[in-house]
Amino acid sequence: MIRYVVKRLLMMIPILLCISFFVMVLIDITPGDPARLLLGNTATEEKIESLREEWGLNDPLPVRYGRFVWNILHGDFGTSYQTKRPVATEMFQRFPYTLLIAVLSLVLSVFIGIPLGVLAATHQYTIWDNVAIFLSLIAVSMPGFWFALLLIRYFGVVLAILPTSGIEDWKGWILPTVSLALGYAAIIARQTRSNLLEVIRQDYITTARAKGLAEGRVLYLHAMKNAIIPVVMIVGSIFGASLGGALIAEIVFSVPGLGQYTLSGLSNRDYPVIQGSVLILSGLYSVIILVIDLLFALIDPRIRSQYSSKREKIRKKGGVAANEAEEGVAAD
Amino acid sequence: MGDVLLSIKNLSIEYHTDKAVVYAVNNISLDVRHGETIGLVGETGAGKTTIAKSILRVLPTPPAVVKSGEIFFDGDDLLKTSEHGMKKIRGNKIAMIFQDPMTALNPIERVGSQIAEAIKQHNKISRAEAERRACDMLEMVGIPGGRFSEYPHQFSGGMKQRVVIAMALACKPELLLADEPTTALDVTIQAQVLEMMHDLKERLGTSVVMITHDLGVVADLCDSVAVVYAGEIVEQASADDMFESPSHPYTIGLFGSLPQLDSTERRLKPIKGLMPDPTNLPAGCRFCERCPRAAGECAQAAPEMRETAPGHFVKCFYPGGEE
Repeated sequence: MIRYVVKRLLMMIPILLCISFFVMVLIDITPGDPARLLLGNTATEEKIESLREEWGLNDPLPVRYGRFVWNILHGDFGTSYQTKRPVATEMFQRFPYTLLIAVLSLVLSVFIGIPLGVLAATHQYTIWDNVAIFLSLIAVSMPGFWFALLLIRYFGVVLAILPTSGIEDWKGWILPTVSLALGYAAIIARQTRSNLLEVIRQDYITTARAKGLAEGRVLYLHAMKNAIIPVVMIVGSIFGASLGGALIAEIVFSVPGLGQYTLSGLSNRDYPVIQGSVLILSGLYSVIILVIDLLFALIDPRIRSQYSSKREKIRKKGGVAANEAEEGVAAD
Repeated sequence: MGDVLLSIKNLSIEYHTDKAVVYAVNNISLDVRHGETIGLVGETGAGKTTIAKSILRVLPTPPAVVKSGEIFFDGDDLLKTSEHGMKKIRGNKIAMIFQDPMTALNPIERVGSQIAEAIKQHNKISRAEAERRACDMLEMVGIPGGRFSEYPHQFSGGMKQRVVIAMALACKPELLLADEPTTALDVTIQAQVLEMMHDLKERLGTSVVMITHDLGVVADLCDSVAVVYAGEIVEQASADDMFESPSHPYTIGLFGSLPQLDSTERRLKPIKGLMPDPTNLPAGCRFCERCPRAAGECAQAAPEMRETAPGHFVKCFYPGGEE
């Protein structure tokens, strides 16, 4: 198991190298000049050219990429062209906002989505099921920014009990969190419903019932534990995606998070910002996916047995002679 | 043979789907005595499993609907028993072995705890004691107790079926519903499992409803046989009687379709045609269309169950031995 985790962590290195290389190529072929954007239309060609030279933009692509990787290895994520501040520092300041919104909205959506999905699945074809499906369909199809604007209108303007934008105290967190959680909850509810419906038709659920177990035990111990795996997958992907900046919520509610930062970097062609944030976010995403995979292994012994190393399997089997050849392979 | 343990009277079950109503079980009556092993024989789709599941009340509802009938077990009508009362019967007094061992075990729970769970449910004992008994059950079906904490995917099909059997027998039930316990297994394992079931039955005195389409299994294990066709019992007799003198044309066809090693026949003799569509059953005898003896009245009216010899019941206008 530990071997597997180490292997996965090592695999992140080539993945991140590839991603940063593609980002650099994409930046290179995208029109727009950061020096011209910073200095404005009135700047002379010489000035622009000297700034480009200073930033090292005139070097060939492999040289630039090598320099980028070298700097990263020394803990330097570059300095923003626009703000002249280190990218790592800025991201470090903004990250808590994004993380907190992502965590809060995800927790809220799990607490709404999973019970709603269970309710729908256990009352299939009844009014409960229909109401739950209808609600989640509305929530999924409603554009996020529109729902955010509705929230601002009612809670910020009409009732005037919550701030319309900005984060000054705990009240400021409520609307961004709720606006994100609605869509997530709907996705989670639908996924929970369809998985649970599939699982409760399985033979082993009938077996559990035939043992004389109470319906609650059948549902939560036997069915839910099997049905939760794809839901964990969805929750993890949502979490990863929302770390990349729940952009609309951050913009609508002016939350100083990562999404805003990345977006401003993109529109200003602020190359260090783009590359630094993409690298950090993809690293985070890989870690989250790894955590999800480990969660799967925790829930499902079949997956767990795939992860355990060959050597452990052999030890469990206890065979000696027949496995000696394999032992040699595993030791390599 | 003792008193009647289970008595099914005029049971009818339908599946209601969006498109049609499936008449799965039609007016079936059946008695099972203490210690008796009764075989329910019939083709796939004849309604055998539905009967077994309805006894335990584990049919998926919807779509299944019990239209009419009574199922008396120890004098109580199971269909009128509260859900709470059923919980005390399921797994304790009546247990079921399901058809497919590959899917009958929860893939993410240890096999030992799946057995212990059933024991703990029906006995006021500690967890450790339940686990110890579960371990004994595993040993009884020939699985080393040391494999208690392994998961289903670490077992072969035959061993999984043994686990399922151990689970079903864990609380020493009075009635065991065995739904094709050997169908999913290969022949050598089949023999082992059958021998084991025979052994356990003798030792525990359990009554068994053995659902199968394998006449060999019936000959091995069963005291009496009920032949099920399109949701009806068409012939019922002691196993000896049934093998000696099958009377319903369907039963005769069933036996006739078995290849015989000592005959010079070069082709199998299947029963011609297919079972009638259960959403659209014929008005008269259900077997009419495939029956070599069918006459005019067969298509008009359904025959009643008649006793043609003591203890031998047939639902046919023209019963009798092979012509």
